[in-house]
Amino acid sequence: MKIHEYQGKEIFRKYGVPVPRGIVARSPDQAEHAAKELGTKVVVVKAQIHAGGRGKGGGVKLAKSPAEAKTIAKSMLGMMLKTIQTGPEGQQVQTLYIEEGMDIEKEYYLGLTLDRATGRNTFMASTEGGVEIEKVAHETPEKILREAVDPAVGFQDFQGRKMAFGLGLSGDSVAKFVKFCRQLYTCYIETDSSLAEINPLVKLKDGTIIALDAKLNFDDNALYRQTSVVEMRDVHEEDPREAKAKEFDLAYIALEGNIGCMVNGAGLAMATMDTIKLVGGQPANFLDVGGGANREKVTAAFKLILADPAVKAVLVNIFGGIMKCDVIAEGIVAAAKEVSLNIPLVVRLEGTNVEKGKEILRTSGLKITPADDLRQAAERAVAAIK
Amino acid sequence: MSILVGADTRLMVQGITGSAGSFHAKQCMDYGTNIVAGVTPGKGGQTFENKVPIFNTVDEAVKATGANASVVFVPPPYAADSIMEAADAKVPLVITITEGIPVNDMIKVKRYLQGTGTRLIGPNCPGVITPRAKCKIGIMPGHIHRPGRIGVVSRSGTLTYEAVFQVTGLGLGQSTAVGIGGDPVNGTNFIDMLKLFNEDPETDAVIMIGEIGGSAEEEAADWVKANFKKPIAGFIAGASAPAGKRMGHAGAIISGGKGGASDKIAAMSAAGYVMAQSPSELGSTLVEAMKRRGMKV
Repeated sequence: MKIHEYQGKEIFRKYGVPVPRGIVARSPDQAEHAAKELGTKVVVVKAQIHAGGRGKGGGVKLAKSPAEAKTIAKSMLGMMLKTIQTGPEGQQVQTLYIEEGMDIEKEYYLGLTLDRATGRNTFMASTEGGVEIEKVAHETPEKILREAVDPAVGFQDFQGRKMAFGLGLSGDSVAKFVKFCRQLYTCYIETDSSLAEINPLVKLKDGTIIALDAKLNFDDNALYRQTSVVEMRDVHEEDPREAKAKEFDLAYIALEGNIGCMVNGAGLAMATMDTIKLVGGQPANFLDVGGGANREKVTAAFKLILADPAVKAVLVNIFGGIMKCDVIAEGIVAAAKEVSLNIPLVVRLEGTNVEKGKEILRTSGLKITPADDLRQAAERAVAAIK
Repeated sequence: MSILVGADTRLMVQGITGSAGSFHAKQCMDYGTNIVAGVTPGKGGQTFENKVPIFNTVDEAVKATGANASVVFVPPPYAADSIMEAADAKVPLVITITEGIPVNDMIKVKRYLQGTGTRLIGPNCPGVITPRAKCKIGIMPGHIHRPGRIGVVSRSGTLTYEAVFQVTGLGLGQSTAVGIGGDPVNGTNFIDMLKLFNEDPETDAVIMIGEIGGSAEEEAADWVKANFKKPIAGFIAGASAPAGKRMGHAGAIISGGKGGASDKIAAMSAAGYVMAQSPSELGSTLVEAMKRRGMKV
């Protein structure tokens, strides 16, 4: 789950991770008022969208007066901000964050995330702040310092010192950096984050270490125990179909094509998408209906696919392990009848209770094209559209 | 015994009284698996299907029945705790089916298991099956498997069944099929299973199924190139997946330019895997891999 920068900074404040003062603004007047309240010579007007790369896209601007903040806010609010991380249409800016200007001496990169190779949450720090970290990782990987945290004991100060001295910090800044990391780690663990990225982390002229940006992503698997994080969800930033799918506990990703898919199991769902492409079709979505799906869930999944106007045919590929073929067949029949299905439906079933499932489809009165294997199913779906 | 599970397996089911646990425990029993105990805190003293004694703790179950493997069907908020309980009771093999365990919990579990004698398979996996020993531990449909000499290892659940189904359809069979699961932090990776298959006299060839996200396939490819003696076929799911999106499995995500399908496919091909182009060619690709090594199929 993603949140906005201003929300990330709110969380950081709670955990004692130093961040600049800032105020949310949703109108040009609010922006002007915020700039006045902050009272610094310069304020930064920042567009709040869930994607990075906002600066380059024109979503981060300096204002030298409250009046200028108002003008900038006027042009930013409502704009479709395009960055390298948004789609080509960009994302609409509905919220701004007005932040006090800072006396920056140096910029760094600091990130904390799971390193899959070791199974440990790992800090990454680099003197190349403000630049894309992937570029640094690719071109000069030796410039990235790494510290893996042992979950049995948590973050240890010596790890912070290794990074601090490795970054060339000295004097008071070392202890400040260590404390920063310690608070950040606590925040990360207690909120079940999956990524904390501060780019740039800055050292001010007075030695303070402070987060100029805050990107916090959360582990979807842990949201059940993070109610205050869940409250920060911005549905407007999500694809409405993906948001609806979440309500039914379905895994759904919208794609560009016209063949809707319903599959059980993520690996098989990905492979189904791959196969459709292989035989010349275009998948409209990824949808994993999961192992414990009941008739209600299956019906909801079916309706979700059919609600996409681009969908011209539906391919159902079910291999039953926990998922029983008769349950899915009942769901297909119920959903198809409920939405008066009038586009081609190709169904390939195999596994637990398969004969019961095939029987339910056969006697449903619906026009269903059966298929024996995945490639045949994909070919039939593609052919049905032509 | 092929790998991991077989005729000597005495299985306990953690979460046996839950809906998934009870349904699958029965299916495994019907297949022939030797289930000797169930564990559900508070239900100790009850019996499952008039046959299997239920205990309050894993420790009690082990002491009373000599169970040497466990399958975990416990919901996500409690699953990590259940795995650690099994490791604490010195259960040598724990297979965790549960999907949705928080990553930070699994990070702790992985740490906890270090230095114990417990091997964890999963989580978020379909389980392990050795058809010859009629030992099915997990949620896979037993009827598509048949005894044979092909090893199967995969991150996926249902995509594994596709591979098994095709292998069976070609007249071959499986020595052991292992699902290592779709989570980013898991107990056992490809290399661990390939090592076992390499040394298993009952396995002639292997098919390995991976997907986008992480670098487990690349690491396996490196190991295979240097060590694997038998024919091996491979497939990577997610070649058409967009970057940055979690494709169902918590571990199936291309991020920071890493974990894409093409890198994996390239690494595996270079290491000697014969790669299947589509999931309907898993069985035929395996046969091709065997024929190229001069095996009669």
